Amino acid sequence: MTAHAAVAPEKLLAAPDQASQREISAEIGELHAQLRRREQAGESIRPTVFDFPAYRSSILRHPTKNLRLVDPETVELFSPAFGQRDVAAIESDLTVQHAGQPLGERTIVSGRVTDSWGRPVANQLVEIWQANSAGRYIHQRDQHPAPLDPNFTGAGRAITDEAGEYTFVTIKPGPYPWKNHANAWRPAHIHFSVFGSSFTQRLVTQMYFPGDPLFALDPIFNTIWRPQDRDSLIGVYDHDLTSPEWATGYRFDIVVDGPDATWFEPENEGE
Amino acid sequence: MAVPDRTLRPTPGQTVGPFFAYGVEYDRMHQVVDPYAPGAVLLAGTVLDGAGAPVPDAFVEIFGADTDGRVPRARGAFRRDDHTFTGFGRAFTTDDGRFEFFTRNPGAAPGRAAFFAAIVYARGLPDRLHTRIYLPENAAALAADPLLSALAPGERATLVAERTAEGHLRHDIRLQGENETVFLAF
Ligand SMILES: [Fe+2]
Repeated sequence: MTAHAAVAPEKLLAAPDQASQREISAEIGELHAQLRRREQAGESIRPTVFDFPAYRSSILRHPTKNLRLVDPETVELFSPAFGQRDVAAIESDLTVQHAGQPLGERTIVSGRVTDSWGRPVANQLVEIWQANSAGRYIHQRDQHPAPLDPNFTGAGRAITDEAGEYTFVTIKPGPYPWKNHANAWRPAHIHFSVFGSSFTQRLVTQMYFPGDPLFALDPIFNTIWRPQDRDSLIGVYDHDLTSPEWATGYRFDIVVDGPDATWFEPENEGE
Repeated sequence: MAVPDRTLRPTPGQTVGPFFAYGVEYDRMHQVVDPYAPGAVLLAGTVLDGAGAPVPDAFVEIFGADTDGRVPRARGAFRRDDHTFTGFGRAFTTDDGRFEFFTRNPGAAPGRAAFFAAIVYARGLPDRLHTRIYLPENAAALAADPLLSALAPGERATLVAERTAEGHLRHDIRLQGENETVFLAF
């Protein structure tokens, strides 16, 4: 095998071909049409497709073989255990982590984590991270020339309660440019990382905001090929969650996936 | 007891994107145990893409049983102390694609093969990938393992770590290509 030199990640961010948005949109349309045809021919296709070349950096990073179906065993049927010990209450409010108030639209994001049968996922960890209201990440490798906000980091954590509910207070993120293709922009989103009741249910996803004009243009959003699955990543504006004179409210419920083995409460091997 | 039909559609996964580091990092996250604790082993390897190039913007998570085979149920994976074994760790890859954990050798029930459950995430990877990292010892248990015994020898090799002379574990993860790691669905 040829030896490859280490390379700083930011050197890899720009796709070499820099296709136009028109070309990328056509690729997305064709990929979705192919997936629909394959499903109609009887193939079972997962909600997020790994092989989605319109997302250029996936070309060399997606597995080419089908995932191997296996019965989960031992550790896979449990999740790492989290509690208030692991996360301070203040970590769920991204607007109070600095001396001053961050700029932008103050927003409450709240929802319920359940399993596929609607049972709450209680006492589990939810992590979020996001750009600021100008579309800039604090990450050192983000080179978008939009302002940093000295009062906003953009990372938070919460532990779900007994009903599986979590709540974050944050600032609505801005859309941001990236180098997948020429004039590429990501719709505004918040990254979510969720632990289910078992390690098999581990989920990393992104929450979007209603009505974003960038949805159809974004190859990452469209790696989820069915419209109803994409819709499930769009937070729902909830006026009852909106706090008077304070913050707008969005609901984002999360369903971690099966498998059937997780329907049974596992015997606690640790005790 | 039959499992009832699922009533809710699962939320689909998405890539972690390029800028996850400040969002999911925490103190001593790759030190499931203290590196100098008795019984600590180094589990290390490289995440590689389909061209054999290291993936510098990935992270790996492991969840492993304790040495006696028990599944850890203690809280505190995000607030490490020096005595609680939570079994969970998270490691970012470096610019040369390398990840490292300090942890314990997992145990297993008699006759069963011991493994770490592992998940890999990366920029450019549209969804997370589950895999396993088996300990190389106990050939009889590996041969009898329901997953490994159903694989071709080349595939099986992608799931079994190598033990170094120092007693550490070495295990590369290949996202794509000739020796592509076997990834799992449940
Ligand atoms: Fe992002």
